This record gives sequence, structure tokens and C-alpha cells, in this order.
Amino acid sequence: MAEFTPATLKHPPQGEIRVDNVSHSYGVGKFAKEVVKDCGFTIEAGKLTVMIGPSGCGKSTLIRLIAGFEKPSKGSISIDGKPITGPGKDRLVVFQETALFPWMSAYNNTLYGPRARGEDTPEIHREAQSLVERVGLTAFRNKYPTQLSGGMQRRVELARAMINNPKVMILDEPFRGLDAMTKALMQEYYSALHEEFHQTAFFVTTDIDEAIFMADRLIIVSNIPTRVCAVVEVDVPRPRRLVDIYENDRANQIKMSALSMLHEEAMKSFVGGSKAASDFVDAYSKRTGKT
Amino acid sequence: MRLAEEMKKRLFDPTRLRAIFAIVVFVVLWELGSRSKDWFGYAAPWISVIPAPDAVIVVWWGLLGDAGYWQSGYLSLLRVLSGFGAALLIGVPLGLLMALSRNFYGIVFPTFEVLRPIPPLAWVPAAIIFWPTQELSIAFITFLGAFYTIVINTVDGAKSIDPRYFEAARAMGSSGWDVFRRIILPGTLPSITLGAAVGMGIVWEVVVAAEMISGGGSSMGGAGASGAGGGLGFFIWNSYTGGSYEQIVVGMLSIGIAGYLSSGGLRMLGEWITPWLRVR
Repeated sequence: MAEFTPATLKHPPQGEIRVDNVSHSYGVGKFAKEVVKDCGFTIEAGKLTVMIGPSGCGKSTLIRLIAGFEKPSKGSISIDGKPITGPGKDRLVVFQETALFPWMSAYNNTLYGPRARGEDTPEIHREAQSLVERVGLTAFRNKYPTQLSGGMQRRVELARAMINNPKVMILDEPFRGLDAMTKALMQEYYSALHEEFHQTAFFVTTDIDEAIFMADRLIIVSNIPTRVCAVVEVDVPRPRRLVDIYENDRANQIKMSALSMLHEEAMKSFVGGSKAASDFVDAYSKRTGKT
Repeated sequence: MRLAEEMKKRLFDPTRLRAIFAIVVFVVLWELGSRSKDWFGYAAPWISVIPAPDAVIVVWWGLLGDAGYWQSGYLSLLRVLSGFGAALLIGVPLGLLMALSRNFYGIVFPTFEVLRPIPPLAWVPAAIIFWPTQELSIAFITFLGAFYTIVINTVDGAKSIDPRYFEAARAMGSSGWDVFRRIILPGTLPSITLGAAVGMGIVWEVVVAAEMISGGGSSMGGAGASGAGGGLGFFIWNSYTGGSYEQIVVGMLSIGIAGYLSSGGLRMLGEWITPWLRVR
């Protein structure tokens, strides 16, 4: 049986993404709204980079730019030194709400990419089977997405992306909307997957606990227009477990400094009238006793 | 043994029992209304001029052996199938093209929208003048009955496919024909089957009216005693001029049953080609 091994295991880690002085606006002339402003950071190959910022701040726009669905108004984005000009199978996005094709079984969803490129071979079927097994869905491979739970759908989506051996996995708030238990399981699951394969990953979230648990490197971004506020190396040893991270001093220290930065940013959008930001400010004051 | 149990379960399924109960109540009320003058000495308004169900059944029973009655039903069905089939064959590709090409949409949509509100029956005189045979005129009217609904549903269905499906497909290296075959077509299928089911209902309404107005088509020669040669619409009209009110009701109920069966068949076909919507 062909074991599934991502390209990153066959080669040294690949997929270093450089975001260089990128600005992006929607609309033209005086109606133009700047969503991303002078953003610059690097997603290191083989590392799990997490971006966190107030909700509605333009993180999804950054993802669309890196994925190549849109071109930045200013600046440039490159992967392994080559400029990004459009979408490609070297950077695959796992979307916020599931984007599985409802008319295909879990297994056929997984095989979508290879089939699109005419690689419907026995080898790829063996690989798909081992991948479906790897995400624990062998018994559910012939089910349609609507027959699967939220957590299962996310795992099918991971499999559908991973079979293409992308250099970079881009995950846009992938666990949003899952119940607390499933969310915790998925976080540990993806973290373990990363510890095993060291596939370059860019993970966007609004959840600080999730961010610190997952991240090798944490990028904190501002309220709209998105700028990089701080880059924090999360030097908490791996493998990590959720139960341990709550008691890890270094993790808590990073969390507190990140929170106060995020609080400042959330206040700005709160003043600007954002409901999401106001929720964040409430939650933050309860947690720290500050306002 | 298992089969017998299954049959029993199906026969006494509450939904089915409700349906049977409703039909029985309907027939009983109808009987009471029709016979009200004889039985109660008071003629119930409107309904007392309609033939009673038992009289209708007697006439119907007699017609079951009549080749002309079956010929009428067969002719109407043929017109429905040809008109509906043509609407599907032309409507679905047209709808997909309109959804996929902005230019094509810009060119076709205004004309389409002007023609769409014209009721199929308003086309009858023009169709009789334009088409060489009466048969073709009726089929054309029938075609119009389903065509607009199918096109509109196809366009809406294709346009409402989640754009992230296209982004995901494109990122995984899919393009052109592959996207059409594996994303656009299955993504539009539920709307197409919905449009087809609605269209099928309209088609039965339209075919009967077209047959009445156009005199039932000339291809089958003169109409016999029961209106053979003209389809169910002409059958009803012929019964009216011949003064057989029971036959009118037989014709009406026959259309009802034919429409119900064809819509039901279409729904089953629709469910069969969209298996992912059946499971929950």
C-alpha cells in the first residue's frame, strides 16, 4: 500500500512565501477602500505561521492575494523566489466554511485535483485511500458532504488539499463554527499532522488560544487597513498538547502581550463601530480586569 | 412474508391514509352536492349542475373500451412529450450559455424578457399561420409553456453556484471543460429538474387549451363520436358540444391524472440524477 507522504518529506521544506510591501484596495477613485496597507512578512518554509487580527480586518483578502485569486494593487508576493501570478496547486486554500463539492462523495472530493490534471491512476487511488485513512474517514469515504459532521467535512477538505502535495497549505479560519469539543480535537489533529510532515502552512484565525497553540510564528495584524503590528516567535516546544499549553508560562506570556496589542487594535475598530470588535473588548476586559 | 409486511406498512402509512381520506371526502361531498336536488329537495348552488361521480364513473367505464378515448390521451401525451422535450433540449443549453457568457446574456436576455410575458395561448393564431401543420402549431405552443421556466431556472441555478467552488477547482488545476462537467453541470442540475417539474405542469395546462382553440389538429381526419383525433382538449370540447357532461368530467380527470403521473415520474427521475440531495 502506497503510504501518503507530502512532497515536503520527499524534498527539503519548500514554499517560502514573501509578502513584500503589499497594499490592496477595492473600488476605484474616491470610492476606493484600502483593505491592506504596506504589509510585509515572510511565511517560512516548513513552519506553521499563524496570522491573528480583529475580525473583519482584511485577513481573508490577504489570503486571496497569496492564493492568487486576486492581484495586489501595490507590492509583490512570491513563492520560493518566483512571483505569484495566479492560483496554483502549490498553494491550496482550506476555506472558512466548507467548500467541498456537495455532489461528490468524500472520496471523489479527495480525488478532484488529480482527476482534473488527468492523473486518475491506480497509484493515486492507493494514495487517496491511505490519505482518507490518515484523516480517519475510511468508513465514510462514500458519503456525501451533507452526511458528514462539521469536523469530518474539514478533514475531507484537508485530504482534498493534501493529495495535491501543495508546498503551502493556506487555512482561512478553518475551524470556525465547529463546536468547542470538535474544534479542540481538530486543533490537536492539525498540529500533530504538522509535527509529522512539516508542511509549510499559513493559518488565519481570530482565536488567540488557537493561534498560540498552533503557531511556530505569530503575526499580529492591525484593524483595517491591515498592517503587520508584531511578529512573535512562539518558542514553545513541540509536540504540543492542548492540556499542557494552558500551564506553559512562555505560552501565557506570549498570550498576554498579544492580547494587549490586539486589544488596542480592537478598541480602534470598536470606536469605528464594529460589533465584532466590541465583543472582543468585552471578552478581553472580563479576562484581564482592564478596560 | 417480508414483502407482505412491507406492502402493509406502505398501504397503512399515515401520509397515504390521509391522502386516501381526503379523496374519499372530496368524492362524497361532490356526490352529495350533485344529488342535492333529488335527495334533499334543495339544489345546492353551482355544484348541482355538475354530473355526480357515480354517473361519471359509469361513463368512464364505458370509455375504457373506446379506442377514441385512448387515442385522445395518446395524442395529448405525444404533444406534451415533444413540446416538453424540445423545451428541455433547447432551454438547458441556452440557459447555461446565458449564465456563462456575459456577452451572450447581454444580447439574448432583453429579447427573452420581452417574449417571456406573452402567454403561450396568445401565440395560437400566430402559430397556426406560421407553422405548416396544425400538429406543429400545437407542439410549438406546448414548447413555449415549458421553455421560459426551464431557461430561467437554468440561468439562476448556474449563476448561484458558490464562487468558492470555482476558486477551489481552479487552484487544483481544473479548467474549461473539466469545470463545466464536474462543477457547473452538477451544480445546476437541481435547478434544471425543478424548472422541468414546474414546466411539465404548465405544459399540460397549455396543450389542452391549444387543442381546444385550434380545433384539435387535422392530421387524424374527422373527429369521431368521442372526439378521436383531437387530443384530450378536443375530447372535452367535443363532449361539451355533444352535450355529454359526464364525458367532460372524464376528460378533465384524465388530464389531472396524466399530469400527476408525468410530474411524479419527472420528480423521481430528478431525484435519481441528484442523489446527493436525497441523503440527509
